[in-house]
Amino acid sequence: MRVVIAEDLFLLRDGLSRLLEANGMRIVAAVDNGADLRTAVAEHEPDIAIVDVRLPPTFTDEGLRAALAARRDRPGLPVLVLSQYVEQLYARELLADGGGGIGYLLKDRVLDSAQFTAAVRQVAAGGTAMDPEVIARLLARSSGGDALATLSPREREVLGLMAEGRSNAAIAQRLVITERAVAKHTASIFTRLGLQPSDDDNRRVLAVLAYLGQ
Amino acid sequence: MSGAAVTGGTRTWWRRCLERAVDGAVAAVRGLVLCGLAAIGLIPLAGVALTLLYVMRGAGELLGLHGGPYPGKLGAATIALIASIPASRRLAKFTRYLAGRWCRVAIAAPYRPMPRDAEPNLVKLLVRRAGWLLGDPATWRDLLWLPVAASGGLLLAAAPAGFVLGGAVGAIAPLRLPGDGSPPHLLHLVVTGPAGFVAVALGLFAAPMLLHAYGNLASELLGPTRGSQLEQRVTHLARTRSDTLDAGAVELRRIERDLHDGAQARLVAMGMTLEVAGQLVDTEPAAAKALLAEARQSSAKALAELRDLVRGIHPPVLADRGLTAAISALALDSQVWVSVDGDLPGRPSPPVESAAYFAVSELLANVVKHAEARRVWIDLRHDNAMLRIGVTDDGVGGAAPGHGSGLRGIERRLAAFDGVLAVSSPPGGPTVVNMEIPCELSSPKTSSC
Repeated sequence: MRVVIAEDLFLLRDGLSRLLEANGMRIVAAVDNGADLRTAVAEHEPDIAIVDVRLPPTFTDEGLRAALAARRDRPGLPVLVLSQYVEQLYARELLADGGGGIGYLLKDRVLDSAQFTAAVRQVAAGGTAMDPEVIARLLARSSGGDALATLSPREREVLGLMAEGRSNAAIAQRLVITERAVAKHTASIFTRLGLQPSDDDNRRVLAVLAYLGQ
Repeated sequence: MSGAAVTGGTRTWWRRCLERAVDGAVAAVRGLVLCGLAAIGLIPLAGVALTLLYVMRGAGELLGLHGGPYPGKLGAATIALIASIPASRRLAKFTRYLAGRWCRVAIAAPYRPMPRDAEPNLVKLLVRRAGWLLGDPATWRDLLWLPVAASGGLLLAAAPAGFVLGGAVGAIAPLRLPGDGSPPHLLHLVVTGPAGFVAVALGLFAAPMLLHAYGNLASELLGPTRGSQLEQRVTHLARTRSDTLDAGAVELRRIERDLHDGAQARLVAMGMTLEVAGQLVDTEPAAAKALLAEARQSSAKALAELRDLVRGIHPPVLADRGLTAAISALALDSQVWVSVDGDLPGRPSPPVESAAYFAVSELLANVVKHAEARRVWIDLRHDNAMLRIGVTDDGVGGAAPGHGSGLRGIERRLAAFDGVLAVSSPPGGPTVVNMEIPCELSSPKTSSC
């Protein structure tokens, strides 16, 4: 898998490169600012771009803007955005085009290399990987009087894990229930949220996130 | 087509005339009320004049110029003074209020703040109060206003009503037929009648303007002088400065404590865990592995705590995108439904932005904690060099500064920027909190993509 990294801190850029190379990925370019990211993406056509939110010259949300711009240049380009903090606002912006292939994770998640590389592969394959913290806040917020409130606690748990980009099998393992039970829960979630069931995991996740992001 | 337009035009002209006449009549009546007030003002004025007279005569008696019971007269004089000064102050307050409502002249109260130190001794307290009252130049300006109001002010305020009433008498003069059945007097028909109409029209037309002039006159004496304005300003600045410094110190202590008990402690624990893991790695690899996992968990927790701390000091979205976006992000995280409406053409200075953000954040937290609200509306505007933020909820109401609601803290925080907070929260709701902070916006941000 061919990866472009945009991260301004040398230590993190280097560490990230090594981590991914150790897991069989190839770093085709590692840049330290938003403008270079767009050039690198155009030049190398990578399978995924991993981008830090905060990049020079403004050190604000430069990376997010660059990632969105790169996705406009190349629609469907899988992008994994890393950040010291996660914001629902930014998660929404990333998901806005509904194209899939979006990840938004706290930098801490890099520490768990197995899960992190799984997330990278998931996003590169067109799936989504939302940070559990984003999901937790989405769900906490939606405790009000809308359709989400009709979900049982277990269903909310399943929904959260789905949004993180986990497969039914992974969810079953995590919650220590059978895959059939997970399938039953997901079907119930979609019915309650008024979403058409679909065989495609990623599209279901996107639909759920789109719903949450309303 | 043009005929209809002309008719429409005439109609609106008539309507405008009628509206002006009504305004004029209202203003004339208000002028009369102000005259009445000025007349009442003569009573405390007489009280003060009497006092001065007695004091002078008393002094004369002491010097042996006149005979008579001096102490009794002095006592009467004191009572007259004690009664008249608060009375004049009350009248001045009422005049200020009416000037704001009727004359469209807002007049700020010019008084020095009342001394608030506790004083158990009643006599000393009274003496101090009297000193405060008599030492304030505004007290004497209030008194000076009384004769001014009763003379020039009276003329100004009564003129429109005089014109209207006098004019009306003249205007109906031609209708008053002489008793012998002869036709109306020619002079009345040609001169008095029309002149009366003109006088009524003039009175009605001029009334609002004269009322405004009366307000301006009152403002000259009842409003704060430059000196008292500066005095009030200095008091305000001294108070807000010490509040700001206190708040800053408290905040720094909180951050220090959070770091000390949180991230710092976790990093120490992590170091020790890693140390032990290092010792065990050859002899008991399994135990070392468990310790390493523990260390990693500790680092994740430390990071989470640092993140929360940073969010509390300077929220990332505020830094990245500015106030509206940061408040939208707050709204997304809130447990109630929040609508954010606002588009600021630029960004306030960072301290103002931060104060406004934390004020809204605190208000939202209040709503969640106390209001039992289902919906919250936040709107942000900037006009007339003023940042205005309204936070409205459909909760139970009954919020007031000082009930441990944190409103006082917000008020203090805004006061450092000369900002103000107004709360309307009747029992049963809704609660409306309006904040205003004077500030300029930086030039509109230029988006990088």
